[in-house]
This record gives sequence, structure tokens and C-alpha cells, in this order.
Amino acid sequence: MRPVTILINGRPHQVPRGTVLAAAIAEALGPALRRSVSGQPRGPLCGMGVCMDCCVTVNGQPHVRSCLTLCEDAMEVRTNE
Amino acid sequence: MSEQVLKTDIAVVGAGPAGLAAACAAAESGLRVIVIDENPWPGGQVWKRDKRGARGAGRGAGPVAQARRWLRRFNASGAMLLERATVIAAPAAGVLLAERAQQPLRIHWQRLILATGARELFLPFPGWTLPGVMGPGGLLSLAKQGWPVKDRRVAVAGSGPLLLAAAYGLKRLGARVVLVAEQAPFSALAHFAFTLGPSKLGQAIRFRSGLLGVPHRYGTWPIRAEGEEQVCRVALTDGQRTWIEECDLLACGFGLTPSVELPLLVGCELKNRCVQVDDCQATSHPDVYCAGEPTGIGGADCALVEGQIAGYAASGQSAKAEALFGRRSTWHRFRERLATAFALRPELKSLATPETIFCRCEDVTLGTVRRFSSWREAKLHSRCGMGPCQGRICGAAAHTIFGWAVDSVRPPVLPARVASLIAEAAASAEPQATR
Repeated sequence: MRPVTILINGRPHQVPRGTVLAAAIAEALGPALRRSVSGQPRGPLCGMGVCMDCCVTVNGQPHVRSCLTLCEDAMEVRTNE
Repeated sequence: MSEQVLKTDIAVVGAGPAGLAAACAAAESGLRVIVIDENPWPGGQVWKRDKRGARGAGRGAGPVAQARRWLRRFNASGAMLLERATVIAAPAAGVLLAERAQQPLRIHWQRLILATGARELFLPFPGWTLPGVMGPGGLLSLAKQGWPVKDRRVAVAGSGPLLLAAAYGLKRLGARVVLVAEQAPFSALAHFAFTLGPSKLGQAIRFRSGLLGVPHRYGTWPIRAEGEEQVCRVALTDGQRTWIEECDLLACGFGLTPSVELPLLVGCELKNRCVQVDDCQATSHPDVYCAGEPTGIGGADCALVEGQIAGYAASGQSAKAEALFGRRSTWHRFRERLATAFALRPELKSLATPETIFCRCEDVTLGTVRRFSSWREAKLHSRCGMGPCQGRICGAAAHTIFGWAVDSVRPPVLPARVASLIAEAAASAEPQATR
């Protein structure tokens, strides 16, 4: 199946179709997806939409749970926001 | 804004084993059934789809065949699935408010079946907030959908049958599992294994043989994770000695805890964090049923039987429901043995130091939280449990560590887009006749 290309912090990344967004970001940037309120690095904990530690901005929409979101072509993702 | 309104005989929340079984049992009698789930696919966490198309932890073996059978039956049942939909409020009797594709969605139901499942229990220890420290189930679930684990060193620690299943699944995906550390003592688990039926025992043996060469330690637990920007090693102890394992990922969870936000929101009675149900899986709230993990952690087989009973009972097929009571008793006995075998040791309640983050959302430390005497007080004065996860992670830890009753919930049960809330407020302000 044709891969999907998404933009992570402005840089294009190609991932297999069916890849969950959290996984695509981890592949590109490592497991840290955001900074906590006191500035500590954080990554996903629960992997199932509960902990909110994987939230990123998708197409301008903030606080999107990247562990429940599938990568789609031309998706624009921003981390650490 | 466009609010979609749906009317149904039976609404089921959760498309895991319990929800699917309930939906099948009810929809096959011809009633209108709507199933709501947050995930892109049905099957819940336990039957999560592999990116490459397979389901479950193994291929062609028991759990996968079972998942396929139920998903086929569900697809033929006539029930309608609303995937990627999150329930955020229960604004009135017989109404659920959900959010789907950033649009509000109102569902009017006659009977409601809550099959909201469970999540992993996380207990704080120094370093548990480092990126790369994840729940074993969570990591496996993400790894199946592309999270990089190939050739990564993964330490698996904590408690429960999920550790073995996760270690096995991660190894199959190419991870180098460096250790499986179960906190329960070997004696308790040997006793438990002795009581298992052939299917569960076969599964355990398959996992163990698939993990040949991976060290398994019992009566062993993590005390500290270390690293700067991400985890790079974990300190473990067996109570006698302490040692360090180098790792790229630490999969650590202390069993499962019921997801009861929605049952609480609807007004169901709970006891010891479990939803109270009668023989027919009916809750204390009229016309609301509950099945699977929220009634007690018993696994997928237990959830399937409870789900069917709830579905039959909610659709007025009481004879079919009663015919399953015996099988449910068998799984309830399994559920009790599971809780006994994997009972958490007291040492796990004191792993965190005063500086350890207790509430990950608001970065509230253990030292701050333990100044208070109740969940309510801690929330009011320290913001513990007031962040985006709304206490889902630290609330369960507070219950385990301090014994606090964590049973208050307010809508929205998850951060919802403003539009959904405005729609809710507008609808609440309308005359009752519109309901």
C-alpha cells in the first residue's frame, strides 16, 4: 500500500499507511513528544488515549491525542506546544 | 454548528470484547444498537489491530481466532459502530453527548450498556515520567501501529498477565526484551498456574516458550528509572539486592484498573472502584447495564460472557441471559484467583520520593500530595488530578497508595472542544419537550 507523508514540525516524514501518529513522531524525533508544565520532557505513557501525555497540535488543532490518531497524507503536526 | 442527533434502542459504550458481545446479543434480536468507541477500529485494547492486519498478541492462535469470530459476528449483527467518537457528557437521562470528527453528537437511548474497559495502573517511582517509560500494554499497542521497537532493549516490569503477553508481543515485533520482572512472588504464581484451565495455561506456556532466553524474575520490582531526555536504565530490586538494567524502553505497569468515569457520570454505584451490578449486569441506575472490566478485572473471556448477559438482559431476552450465569461464575472464580495471585506488595506504595512527580499533568510532587488527607482536598489545594487527564492516572495511584476514594467526576469527562460544550449548554437551555 502507498505510504503516507506527514509534516512533523515542518519537515516531511514518510510512514506506512496505518501508522499511528504517536509512532510516526517517535520514529522521527524519539519518544519525547511534549514538555510538561514545568518543562520536563514527556512521552506517551498509556498508549490508549487516557494519559494525555502524547498530545500534539494537528492541522492547527491543539491537544490532539497522537496515540488515537492515524497518520493521513499532508497532516501537519507540531510537537512541544 | 451542526449537531448530529441519533436515536437508538440500546447504546453501548466501548467496542472491546464486552461491548461487542453485548451489541451482538442485543442487535441479533432486531433492536437498534449503536456502539460508540474512541478507537479507529473495534476490538478494544485486547484485540487491537496489528498495523499489518493481524490482531492480538500472536498469529493464528487462540485469542486471534476468538477476536476474528466476534468481529465477524458483530459485523453481521446489524449493530452500528461509531468509531473515533468520544463520550464527553450525559447531559440528561437517556442522553449521551459525544464528540466525533470535531462535531458534537447527541445519542438518545432507551437502554445503556457501559463496557468502558480498563487501563493500566501506574504507580509513581523516581524517573517514571521519563519519555520511554510506558505501560506494557500501551507500548505493545503502539508498537503494533508502528512505534519503533525493533532492536531496542526493552525492560518489562510491574505486575499481571499482561507483562508476559506484552513481552512476547514486543519480542515478535523485533524488540530485544532484556528482562521480565514480575513483582508477585513465584509461589503465588505457581499456585495460580496450577488452577488454570487448558486454554489459559496453553497461552502462558506459548508466551514463555516464545520468550526463551529472556530472564524472568519473580518477586522483583523497579525502584528507579534513569536518563536525561529519555530513559536509559532502570534499577530493580528483589528485596535483597538491587541492580541496574540498561534499556531503551521501560514497559512498566502494575496491572489493570477499571475505567469508571462514565459509569460515575451516569450515576452508577461503585464499590472499591468497581461498578456494582446484579445478576443481569444491571447497575444501580435504571436502564443502565455494565459489563467487563469496570465490574472487576477478569480479562477478555470474562468480559465476553458478561457482555452477552448484559446484551440479552437489556433486550429483554432473560432466558438467554440466565443460561450464561454458570459460565460467568467460572470466570468470576478466575477473576478472584487473578486478584490474589497478582496482589500488589506493600513496598510498591513507597517507591516515590517527596520530589517524585505524582500528577503528571500538573507536575505535582508526592511531597505536596501527601500533605492532604483526601483526593478532594488534594485536588482543591494542589491541582493534583486537575490537568487534561482529569486524574485518570494519578487518581488510581492515589487510591492504591493512600486508599483515597476517587469517585468524583464532572463533565466533560475528557477535554472537549468548545463547540461540543456550547451545543450541550444550548440544548440544556431548551424546553424539555425537545428531549
